[in-house]
Amino acid sequence: MEIFMAIVTGTLYAGGLYLLMHRSFIKLVMGIILFAHASNFFLFTAGGIVRGMPAFVSDGNPNVGELSDPLPQALILTAIVIGLGIQAFAIVLLKRVHFTAGTSDLDKLKNTDREDND
Amino acid sequence: MISIDYILLLPFLTPLLAAILCIFFWKKLLAQQLIYLFSGVISLISSCWILLEIADSGMLNLQVGGWKAPFGITLAADMLSALMLTASAILGFLLYFYSLSHSSISKERKLYGFYPALLFMIFGIHGALITGDIFNLYVWFEVMLIASFVLLTLGGEEEQLEGAVKYVTINFIASSLFLTAIGIMYGVAGSTNMADLSVKMHSEGTSAVAQIGLVFFVVSFGIKAALFPLFFWLPASYHTPPIAISAIIAGLLTKVGIYALFRTAIFIFPADNQAVRHLFLGLAGLTMLVGIMGAIAQTDYRKILSYLIISHMGYMVMGIGIGTHLAIAGAVYYILHSILVKANLFFVGGLIGQHQNNYQFSKGGGIYRQLPVLSFCFFVCAMSLAGIPPLTGFWGKYILAQAGLINGNYLIVGVSLATGLLTLFVVNRIWLNIFLQKEPEQQAPRRRISEVKFATIHRGMYLTVGSLAIVILTMSFFPEQVISWSETAADHLLNRELYIEKVLGSRKN
Repeated sequence: MEIFMAIVTGTLYAGGLYLLMHRSFIKLVMGIILFAHASNFFLFTAGGIVRGMPAFVSDGNPNVGELSDPLPQALILTAIVIGLGIQAFAIVLLKRVHFTAGTSDLDKLKNTDREDND
Repeated sequence: MISIDYILLLPFLTPLLAAILCIFFWKKLLAQQLIYLFSGVISLISSCWILLEIADSGMLNLQVGGWKAPFGITLAADMLSALMLTASAILGFLLYFYSLSHSSISKERKLYGFYPALLFMIFGIHGALITGDIFNLYVWFEVMLIASFVLLTLGGEEEQLEGAVKYVTINFIASSLFLTAIGIMYGVAGSTNMADLSVKMHSEGTSAVAQIGLVFFVVSFGIKAALFPLFFWLPASYHTPPIAISAIIAGLLTKVGIYALFRTAIFIFPADNQAVRHLFLGLAGLTMLVGIMGAIAQTDYRKILSYLIISHMGYMVMGIGIGTHLAIAGAVYYILHSILVKANLFFVGGLIGQHQNNYQFSKGGGIYRQLPVLSFCFFVCAMSLAGIPPLTGFWGKYILAQAGLINGNYLIVGVSLATGLLTLFVVNRIWLNIFLQKEPEQQAPRRRISEVKFATIHRGMYLTVGSLAIVILTMSFFPEQVISWSETAADHLLNRELYIEKVLGSRKN
């Protein structure tokens, strides 16, 4: 299971980074989303995967070693919510940029890097 | 009897409550300003109180909700947190007066959410400084960043939106890398509590996997603190919003990144790894040099300042790289100096922008003749940045250079002194082009205005610039107290027993 998760996580990181390198706004947003998923998956896998077990002590099963760890789940729940907020902000921001700058090409957004602008 | 530790809640709960209240008073400017002032005063008083309390009796620690560390929510403040908290509270308080004037930030922006967003950002900054848990640190960082996204884009001008695209994307990547680092740390040590992690990293030795965790921390905080290969987002975005927003963002956000780097690289991980030390020294030297080169090439006041911020982050990383007690004390002092001086240079910039309607060298001039008091405030900050004795920058650079020489890191000391000289060159260019040079004649005749009249129109802005200049001068001429506090901060970072015992020791009682 860990091996499978490792491959999924790696693919998500690679895919996210690949999309982030593109010039299109849409691919930028997609890249951001994939990158967020990748780090969430990573956190989840790194916490150790226990299959088929609840994350709490049920009646008559005090064996802590067999339970799945609730903390990574709580952590990624927080991370997902935060990621969602930022993704929503990024989408709205890019839409506004598309309206005001009239382009969806990131390479055209060079005005703030130029030396001579006011 | 409530324990004194509960005071840790005040510096971040007050801005949160104030921000929520401000949202209720949407578009009621006066009410929002009063709420902001109230929150600023409470933050200032409580952080000064925390500072004095920590100077008096060691550190403060609170387990929120009563769950024992390392399982509960840990709030812990040592000297480093307290000092930065105080600097941030001073800045937040003075920003109230600066933002009163509509020329530092337009009235529309203030009506549509400037104060709530600002308060949320202060909430995030103060939380990040007080938390004792790396996952909570991530959450505080996000609170701070989302609020800063809003502040950067507030108003929605084309330039602002462009800068924000770069800022949002790169900061999002940094946060994801931070989260990955937390995943690694949790996988290795099974904890997210800083004190607990520190114990585990020091007792069991850092495995190769944990080292990778450190790399992720360095890259993600390196992006947030704008270190050498990772700084390109900063000069692309910091000059775009109104100057009141630029000033607070420039003063505080990168320094919180450095604070997190101090916490992870010095406190959690053992600091005796030579390879890591050299990595930090290399980063520090390149950050200083490349930053200052960038500043030399620019002709816009705000962009020069953006590059100066990058360049002077190098000094703080240099403290981590040298890693001795003295070096870290110097770096802490340098952080405080940098927060106040950089913010004040931006504040002065706002007034210059008001006077000559732009920030360009080619169109500026004559400020010294018309506004001598403002020129004096600029001169104090600029010379302090360059490290002219006896101003604050001199003490910071002096301690760092001394620590480097004692430790035998001659190259980095040479680089830091050269950067100081080049900084002097850069601020001299600003001084000559904007302050001393005669104003260009071909322009439409500018209204001639006496300084008294100018200062009466912009009294809030003048008050802020003047008070910060006084704070900087006080820190310059009476540096003993702040330096001894900085030494205590280095003490708390390097002798981890106090922090660990304070946080984890509460398990027993």
